[in-house]
Amino acid sequence: MHVIARRLTIVALLSLGIIGSWPVVVASAEETLEAENIPFSFEGAFGLFDRAQLQRGFQVYSQVCSSCHSLNLLHYRNLGDRGGPDFPEMQVKAIAAMVEVEDGPNDEGEMFTRPGAPSDPFVKPFPNEKAARAANGGALPPDLSLITKAREGWRGTFRQLVDGIGGPEYVHAVLTGYREKPENVPEGPAGKYYNPYFSAGPWISMPPPLSDGLVEYTDGTASSVDQMARDVAAFLAWAGEPKMERRKSLGFRVLVYIVILATLLFLTKNRVWSRIEH
Amino acid sequence: MSGESTFEPKNGAVEWLDRRLPVFSLLKRQVVDFPTPKNLNYWWTFGGILTVFLALQIVTGIVLVMHYTPNTALAFNSIEFIMREVNYGWLIRYMHANGASFFFIAVYIHIFRGLYYGSYKAPREVLWILGVMILLVMMATAFMGYVLPWGQMSFWGAKVITNLFSAIPFIGERIVTWLWGGFSVDNPTLQRFFSLHYLLPFVLVGIVMLHIWALHVPGNNNPTGVDVQSSSDTIPFHPYYTVKDAFALVCFLSVYALFVFYKPNYLGHSINYEVANPLQTPSEIVPEWYFLPFYAILRSIPNKLLGVLAMFGSILILVFLPWLDTSKVRSASYRPIYRQLFWIFVLDCLLLGIVGSRPPAGLWLLIGRVATSWYFLHFIILVPLVGLMERPKPLPVSIREAVLTKELRAEAQIQPGE
Amino acid sequence: MNRVAVFMIGLTGGNASMMAVEVKEPTRRDFLYVATGAFATIGAATALWPFIDQMNPDASVRAVSALEVDLAPLEEGQSITVNWRGNPVFVRYRTVQEIKEANAVAVDTLRDPYAHNPALPEDAPASDVNRVVAGKEQYLVQMGICTHLGCVPIGESGDFGGWYCPCHGSQYDTAGRIREGPAPENLHIPPYKYIGDTKIRIG
Repeated sequence: MHVIARRLTIVALLSLGIIGSWPVVVASAEETLEAENIPFSFEGAFGLFDRAQLQRGFQVYSQVCSSCHSLNLLHYRNLGDRGGPDFPEMQVKAIAAMVEVEDGPNDEGEMFTRPGAPSDPFVKPFPNEKAARAANGGALPPDLSLITKAREGWRGTFRQLVDGIGGPEYVHAVLTGYREKPENVPEGPAGKYYNPYFSAGPWISMPPPLSDGLVEYTDGTASSVDQMARDVAAFLAWAGEPKMERRKSLGFRVLVYIVILATLLFLTKNRVWSRIEH
Repeated sequence: MSGESTFEPKNGAVEWLDRRLPVFSLLKRQVVDFPTPKNLNYWWTFGGILTVFLALQIVTGIVLVMHYTPNTALAFNSIEFIMREVNYGWLIRYMHANGASFFFIAVYIHIFRGLYYGSYKAPREVLWILGVMILLVMMATAFMGYVLPWGQMSFWGAKVITNLFSAIPFIGERIVTWLWGGFSVDNPTLQRFFSLHYLLPFVLVGIVMLHIWALHVPGNNNPTGVDVQSSSDTIPFHPYYTVKDAFALVCFLSVYALFVFYKPNYLGHSINYEVANPLQTPSEIVPEWYFLPFYAILRSIPNKLLGVLAMFGSILILVFLPWLDTSKVRSASYRPIYRQLFWIFVLDCLLLGIVGSRPPAGLWLLIGRVATSWYFLHFIILVPLVGLMERPKPLPVSIREAVLTKELRAEAQIQPGE
Repeated sequence: MNRVAVFMIGLTGGNASMMAVEVKEPTRRDFLYVATGAFATIGAATALWPFIDQMNPDASVRAVSALEVDLAPLEEGQSITVNWRGNPVFVRYRTVQEIKEANAVAVDTLRDPYAHNPALPEDAPASDVNRVVAGKEQYLVQMGICTHLGCVPIGESGDFGGWYCPCHGSQYDTAGRIREGPAPENLHIPPYKYIGDTKIRIG
């Protein structure tokens, strides 16, 4: 009786687990397609960013994306931080100096522009949300500082535990996912493009931003759409989680410590308890 | 029962202080020497774990407040500032966010331990009720804390849950306006939630102290449910349970550390990494996982007011459990039918949690309604009836006997019989 | 029990609540207890560090922010105050008379004989030339913070033709050196350099 009850409970729990982790089906006519799983270098407990990829990704961002998408939470000096693109200090200053930054007011009370400095935040392409919408047919190009943490490439409780939420993969999927609309799909609104990977429905306001060879990489890598999409996704993953490498390395040391301490405590506990009957 | 104090101060200064404010002899009596049943298993370690996590949340929280700005225009960015610019800010933020989840994991295990072993039964009714109060304050604290980052889920979760109070007849709308400090969730709401979120953990400390005090009057329950009868049933809390609790704590911390360092966002919602937008509702509004069962109960009832009453009722019913459970026997180890009811109840709660994460439609709505009905059925009908009708197994004469019997069986390598 | 007491104190070292346990005379050295206690204490102490370090200046504060000041609009005998890293910096176009007065003072009669100029070694004496940049003696750039308790001194006042601090009466001369009152040191010079004939960058 005991044993049967225990076995039934195990079966019930397993079923619950399977049911519970089944991905939620989005109740809409066209589901957003799952992103392709890309084995980024920074995935996994010991994954690290690929410096060269981050630098290429920054190139893509600054030459292609920054005309519409802001990166408000970053400063130019972050480009020189450890655990990131790790540009040398002179290059960070040069990158910052390439943009014009508004400053002031001066002693006449007027605002003026000056070349950027590493301590400046990334310049915004538009002064405010309304200007951004006006320039983009009413759509707002989102800020990209946290985009890889705010978007999911796939669903499923256990899948996300193992593979993560797939934020960088989502970015890659959207950038490479533009295609002709299938026959059975009704016409979309004017001025939008068909992209089944876009989380808010298959019609996206952003025109396909990438084309082969659009950016000439300074390190000579061939710049296919797929390559640029991977690189900028990796760059944005760093932009969203600049402390990732530090987190993982500290985590390893903490866990080693905890395992040792747990062992010591276990032995101590047994030694202490050996004195009495229990 | 506290036992004799064996405090013998060796240090003159210690004795001087203790005579004027007996902190040392209190600690000696209540912590070091406290006679504790010798047969407590690892399910009893979660009280200690909870105390540590309360302290952890307070410490990480106070530190976060040094850098956080509770204003709708600045809150989201101030949290990102913590993540990016403050030394170790990312670590402290992730510790606090995951600390809340692990606080709830521990508290649910702690509660289910109480349900299984009858720790709520006389004379521990007040201890149990204080526990329910702790749970309610924890839930209020966690709810308000989640609003502070001012992400999409922060805002919309706050909107949905505060809107529930409009279900109260006659004065509901005015209560909601009063809660909001305006005509929707906005800056006044955020600022007052910040103030209360800082306050409530200290209220919790007070209730926890009462909780431990109420425990120390009768002393701990134990897996047999049989009362302590003599000193051969007990051992001093220190060093036996201090070292056992420490070991259990470190094991729990290892799982916590795995999440903090390797999956820090898994237990949260990705959409909270978008700034709150009052004009755009996200495609699904889901509370944090520890609220899901209650969310399921709320949504399974088609009437707004009744849904709210059911949701709060599902927690308040716990208060009555010491009287609803009619059994004279405490521990489910000796209650074969209640034990099965217990495990079904556990599954029911897990099922409710899953239902809470699904859109309330179709098959899931049906399952939610069945699970909600079973939840209340369990407490109101089944537990009282089973207590009256069940024939419990014979209890051990004493704790000491139970321990000795177990030892003898282990030595003789006989499988514990049915 | 004794060794256990030691390690338990160590284990709870990081927590606020200390168990007041009597450490009795050691009866037998139990290596395991001591090792566990020591290991736990090390962990607790290490875990404490992030909570202390988070109060240190964060990355945005540490990021060097330089301030450029254009000296051209200044007229002889005029002072301006600029904000650098949240603190006032006095920039004064000194008169010939002021420079002469500053040079006339014997450095060894000063309360604080050091220049406090980061461009020079720490023991550089507080001669007037050491308080400015060679060739630009007319421009005096110094922190506008009284070295007593941090008030902002008032310019062109006091008995020495320099600055007077209204809080407790400290008086500085035309080279910003303390001459009278409770302040212990001369006004400090911030790190700065000329990036043009009449332009400086502070920081």
